[in-house]
Amino acid sequence: MKLIVAIIRPDLLNEVLEALYRIDVRGLTVSRVLGHGGETERVETYRGTTVKVNLQEKVRLEIGVSEPFVERTIKAILGTARTGEVGDGKIFVQPIERVIRIRSGEENNDALTPVPAGEVQRQV
Amino acid sequence: MQAINPADTAWMLVSTALVLLMTPALAFFYGGLVRNKNSLNTMMMSFVALGVVGVTWAVAGYSLALSDGGPLIGGLAYLGLNGVGTEAKGTIPHVLFMAYQGTFAIITAALISGAVVERMRFGPYVAFIVLWTLLVYAPVAHWVWGGGWLMTRGVLDFAGGTVVHINAGVSALVAALVLGSRKDYGRQAVLPHNVPFTLLGAGLLWFGWFGFNGGSALAANELAALAFTNTFLAPMATLVVWILVDYSRTGRATAVGAATGIVVGLVAITPAAGFVSPAGALVLGALAALPSYFAIALRSRTRIDDSLDVFAGHGIGGITGALLTGVLAQKVWNPAGNDGLLYGNPGQLEVQALGAVGSAVYAAAMTFAILKALSLVTSLRAMPRIEGVGMDVSQHGEEAYASGEGSILVHPEAALASEPLPVLTPHVALR
Repeated sequence: MKLIVAIIRPDLLNEVLEALYRIDVRGLTVSRVLGHGGETERVETYRGTTVKVNLQEKVRLEIGVSEPFVERTIKAILGTARTGEVGDGKIFVQPIERVIRIRSGEENNDALTPVPAGEVQRQV
Repeated sequence: MQAINPADTAWMLVSTALVLLMTPALAFFYGGLVRNKNSLNTMMMSFVALGVVGVTWAVAGYSLALSDGGPLIGGLAYLGLNGVGTEAKGTIPHVLFMAYQGTFAIITAALISGAVVERMRFGPYVAFIVLWTLLVYAPVAHWVWGGGWLMTRGVLDFAGGTVVHINAGVSALVAALVLGSRKDYGRQAVLPHNVPFTLLGAGLLWFGWFGFNGGSALAANELAALAFTNTFLAPMATLVVWILVDYSRTGRATAVGAATGIVVGLVAITPAAGFVSPAGALVLGALAALPSYFAIALRSRTRIDDSLDVFAGHGIGGITGALLTGVLAQKVWNPAGNDGLLYGNPGQLEVQALGAVGSAVYAAAMTFAILKALSLVTSLRAMPRIEGVGMDVSQHGEEAYASGEGSILVHPEAALASEPLPVLTPHVALR
């Protein structure tokens, strides 16, 4: 089990989500963050006040996956989030100690496999 | 020659300011409908028209549109406002007449921007609206108002349904086709970033439109009161019908729908304002909701990215208004007008259709030619990467909602020092 954290460009989020959906990675968390990775600063001017915008808007994806999905997920992100320019972001892969699904109390790999809402409703 | 009338002059001074306000109002209407990252650029597309189209109008546009000339275009008598003084033009000073007409040229050019937002580069856009004002707006204004061929045939266009709305709507459709769709169009949800802006814009447009239609009487008289009242009533009927259709189709009365309905009603009553009865205006406003509503619904299912539905709103709305003018016009309300189909003059409807088709064909052909010519010199669109980053930062170096967190102030001394600031615009950084 790995937690994959990817920092990507906001304008490529849709492409990345599409690619992840295609390889059946359905469960993830997305947040808007500010960050900087050595890219050229942007210069903005507001009525004579010139500023260098150091922190750029980025999107942070957090995806918990079981072992067979790790490489596929990384490949999908690399294939869609890369422009070749400085500022494309990073992928961090971390081990996970334990995963618990809050709804059912399932643990680890069982908890990482998404169950479509429709199926859950039928079980009830 | 008539003398200057003080009451007429006062009303036209106010009307000119009202119509000028419509362009900032349009900026809000359009600005709310686009995404956050393109909102400044979208609003600037309207605001810049106040500058460049206004100057173009003063330098040459006014002369080409409204000085004496042939059936197709005016002359060069008023080039550079030469000979435009405070003498009477009708019953108001000539300079005021010129300024009033200039506000129409400005908003007409700005209307087209709705079809090309979120992707057209700012420089080519500015060049386009300048050329468009000279080559499309001025001739068509001359045809209808300046003694050109459509005026001679008796086309009824009180305040510019043909000159402004059909003209801009058709040009917008052609511009959307030439530019191509946004890279995200049809692939991901592109949602309005500030619906309250859009409602504010629609409200201010309505306010300004009292000058647009009421002022088109060019006097403070009964005709101005009729046009004013019709401008008051028609959008009300359109708004009601639009909300009912919206509700019956989706189960919700939407705010963006309400704002759009108001604008469509205003567009439709524009050619008819001084020719139909107030009851006729209510009927016209109610009927006008339907073609535009369904044109918008249909358009969004196609590959045509007329992003803010300029054609469905202004093109279809303008054509509906022009044709219904030919149906509902009554000579008893305006002796200078004519009777429409309902009042025993079916020929008027034919003339109205001729006016709509004639200007639509011309506007389409010329817009295509201007954009193709510009595309030989420079690229009209931003690169896909730039489009992704957004037009505000790439075209203007500003953001609508900048946080400033983590930004470093560049002191003026540093900016002026011998070492120039590195050029860090995204054009370079992102290719």
